[in-house]
Amino acid sequence: MIQSEPAPAIRAKQILEVQDLTKMFGGVKAQDQISFSIEKGIVCGLIGPNGAGKTTLFNMITGIYRPDAGKVVFNGRDIKKTPVHKLVKAGVARTFQHVELFSSMTLLENILVGMHVRTQAGFWAAVTRLPAMKREERQSRRRAEELLEFTGLCADAHKMAGDLPAGRQKTAQIARALASEPLLLLLDEPAAGLNPVETHALGKLIQKIKQSGITMMLVEHDMSLAMGMSDKVVVLDQGKKLAEGTPRQIQRNEAVMSAYLGNG
Amino acid sequence: MTDNKKTIWIEYLVFICAVSVFGLATENTYYLQIMTFIGINTLLALGLNMLMGYTGQVSLGHAAFYGIGAYTTAILSGTYGMNPWLALVCAVAAAVLIAFIVGLPTLRLSGYYLAMGTLGFGMIVNIVLREWAGVTGGASGFVGIPMLEAGALVFMSGAGYYFLVWGIVFAAMIICRRLLASRTGRALRAIHDGENAAVAIGINTHFLKLEIFMFSAALGAVAGFLYAHFVLFISPESFGFMFSIKIVTMVVIGGMASVWGALLGAAVLTLLPEVLHGFAEYEMIVFGLILMIVMIFMPQGLTRGIMDMIRTAGRARA
Amino acid sequence: MQEIVQYLFSGITTGAVYAVIAVGLSMLYSSTELINFAHGEFVMIGALAMVTLWVRIGLPLPVAMAGAVAAGCLLGLMFERFAIRTARNPEPITLIIITVGASIFLKGVAMIIWGKDPFSMPAFSSHESIEIFGAALLPQSIWIVTAALVLAGGIHLFLKQTLTGKAMVACAVNKKAAWLSGIPSEKMGILAFGISAGCGAVAGIFIAPITMSSYDMGTLLGIKGFCAAMIGGLGSLWGAFAGGLLLGILESMGAGLISSGLKDAIAFVLLLLILYIRPGGLFAAKEAKRF
Repeated sequence: MIQSEPAPAIRAKQILEVQDLTKMFGGVKAQDQISFSIEKGIVCGLIGPNGAGKTTLFNMITGIYRPDAGKVVFNGRDIKKTPVHKLVKAGVARTFQHVELFSSMTLLENILVGMHVRTQAGFWAAVTRLPAMKREERQSRRRAEELLEFTGLCADAHKMAGDLPAGRQKTAQIARALASEPLLLLLDEPAAGLNPVETHALGKLIQKIKQSGITMMLVEHDMSLAMGMSDKVVVLDQGKKLAEGTPRQIQRNEAVMSAYLGNG
Repeated sequence: MTDNKKTIWIEYLVFICAVSVFGLATENTYYLQIMTFIGINTLLALGLNMLMGYTGQVSLGHAAFYGIGAYTTAILSGTYGMNPWLALVCAVAAAVLIAFIVGLPTLRLSGYYLAMGTLGFGMIVNIVLREWAGVTGGASGFVGIPMLEAGALVFMSGAGYYFLVWGIVFAAMIICRRLLASRTGRALRAIHDGENAAVAIGINTHFLKLEIFMFSAALGAVAGFLYAHFVLFISPESFGFMFSIKIVTMVVIGGMASVWGALLGAAVLTLLPEVLHGFAEYEMIVFGLILMIVMIFMPQGLTRGIMDMIRTAGRARA
Repeated sequence: MQEIVQYLFSGITTGAVYAVIAVGLSMLYSSTELINFAHGEFVMIGALAMVTLWVRIGLPLPVAMAGAVAAGCLLGLMFERFAIRTARNPEPITLIIITVGASIFLKGVAMIIWGKDPFSMPAFSSHESIEIFGAALLPQSIWIVTAALVLAGGIHLFLKQTLTGKAMVACAVNKKAAWLSGIPSEKMGILAFGISAGCGAVAGIFIAPITMSSYDMGTLLGIKGFCAAMIGGLGSLWGAFAGGLLLGILESMGAGLISSGLKDAIAFVLLLLILYIRPGGLFAAKEAKRF
């Protein structure tokens, strides 16, 4: 752990509570009074047909969009007006469907920059290079190397991030998100574009992350992964919440089936 | 990592040797003068280079910070007899404060807004310098700027000032390098590579852009300070729109996000008017064409573009 | 009282010119998301072309006007084709420098062709000035305001009523969706540039009789046009128009009542104020664009 800026403590049993969340784009209701909650420590899957509003929901939880109505309560605090960088500091991290690693930096540097909110050396510290700053750099590097080991990317530490094969880039993105020591990690289609071997490895990684105490929410089209990994599933369709329950309950839910098979 | 450090030290050594040799060997005061101007312009280019290269924002009024630096020290040390070194602190503080005020609302928005804001702000500064004749001397300029002293040493034009300027340039380069190798530098490079991802991992991009803008303003003010105590007479013409464009051209030629690029751009642009001496009327056409052609075909800057071409040519042959 | 009315008249006159400049800028922005820093040079070209065609060569007034507008449009189209479309990296920073470079280039060329000395141009009609409330209203002012209204109204009808115009608006609102609907966004961009440059030239034609025309008149006018467009909200046609009038009147009042040396500073101060307080503009409801 880095001493400079420790991660916040968990305050509430429900790490995330979404209440009547509504978002309009022009005249279209992208999110229509969505409510659900996620307990700490579980993996929550978010599924639904294309256009159901999954990424919009993610964007609202991570502060990129502001809701038009309703609340998002993270770790006991209403985060409606919180800017993105403060939200990351409070413990929300995410990955993107299309990997955006920083191509002019090595993998290690990408992880280091992921730690931005947990470190504090600023302009003057950089220029004066006092011992405190050097200590923070050393600690950061050690932590980054630990993360690379955790995610199995040690060998690629000094390669340019853009040179990594696609599958490893996706893992790298997760490692970078973990660098900010989140309480809640949102993964947007982490398995998209992965072959079965890589998907299996991803599943194992998600388990490892869960064991370390981080709550996760993932959007996933791969049903077996989503159902297999999740402790709880939320189903969206056309901006509305269709169902919420354990994977088994969802599989037996008729409305969900017809949404996927019927109107799709 | 150590490999990189070694290269950096070699680069610094070459730089120090080149500067020292030139300074000690040349007797010709004209050449020394030109080189001193290159040094001053490098400071301007360095600041703007960091801003344009890493935050993707353009300042079209950078000459204003140059002017604020020059006039603040001129007025404080010339009219009020303040110790010039103290005036330097004031000049930098003024520039940084103004950069904060102009940058705070505009850096939150897309690149066009800072460009327009700095353009307008640059014009305002120019107008103030021209109209506030009682304080600034107006269009006829400010006379009577004292020379710089440090103890028994008096920095007159010539080798003394040459080494002063290049010493400060060296310090500025080290500062820029250290900045880029730090947590702040990584955040800057992240913004450069993918601003959306940088925001998503918690970087306060607005604050960082503001910091860099203020830093570039500070460097500009230092350049203005050095200029004022070098030429000992300043007038608003030197700090107008055309000069702001010249600074942008320095960065465009030298390559953005490159410390040595700033030096190269400053050198080219300081020497160009000397070369084009008979063709002063064509200056605008030349500048305009350079800016257009380089930015259309080599948006990373001329040196980077040429290096890329050499690299691809080499790869094609291999 | 009489003085204030006089300032008002001259303010509306210059305001109408600013309005036309601002409309051209705003329209280009709303169609292509580009802010053209060289816009002022189209105004300059319009003015100097008029000087050559009407004063020097002596062509009839309507022919000279058409020629000047054509020159502006042609330049705009060439600019779009060679400077904008060929750009490898259409990020704001790149486009800003390209258009700034173009602005300087055009100024340099104009200086070579027309020299450094400013030109004056006589008014379009030699009627005597009309007296209203004790203040003199020049016929030129009536020409300008009428022309500005006709132009703005024409563009408004074009955008609202014609198919091409509506296509342009669609492009501005959502380029991808418009493209998917079959609207050729490239052609729309060309058209937008042409209209924008034409507006600039028209403004130049009409400002030439009331000020001196020279190779460097474009910079200041371009900035003031941008300021006016910002006041009204970038992308809003009538906002730009209103912004132009407002700027003209404020400038005139300020110069007359406070100090003439600071006249130009008024536009810049307004610009910074707008950026600070309401970057979306006084009239538009939308927030200013982020990235």
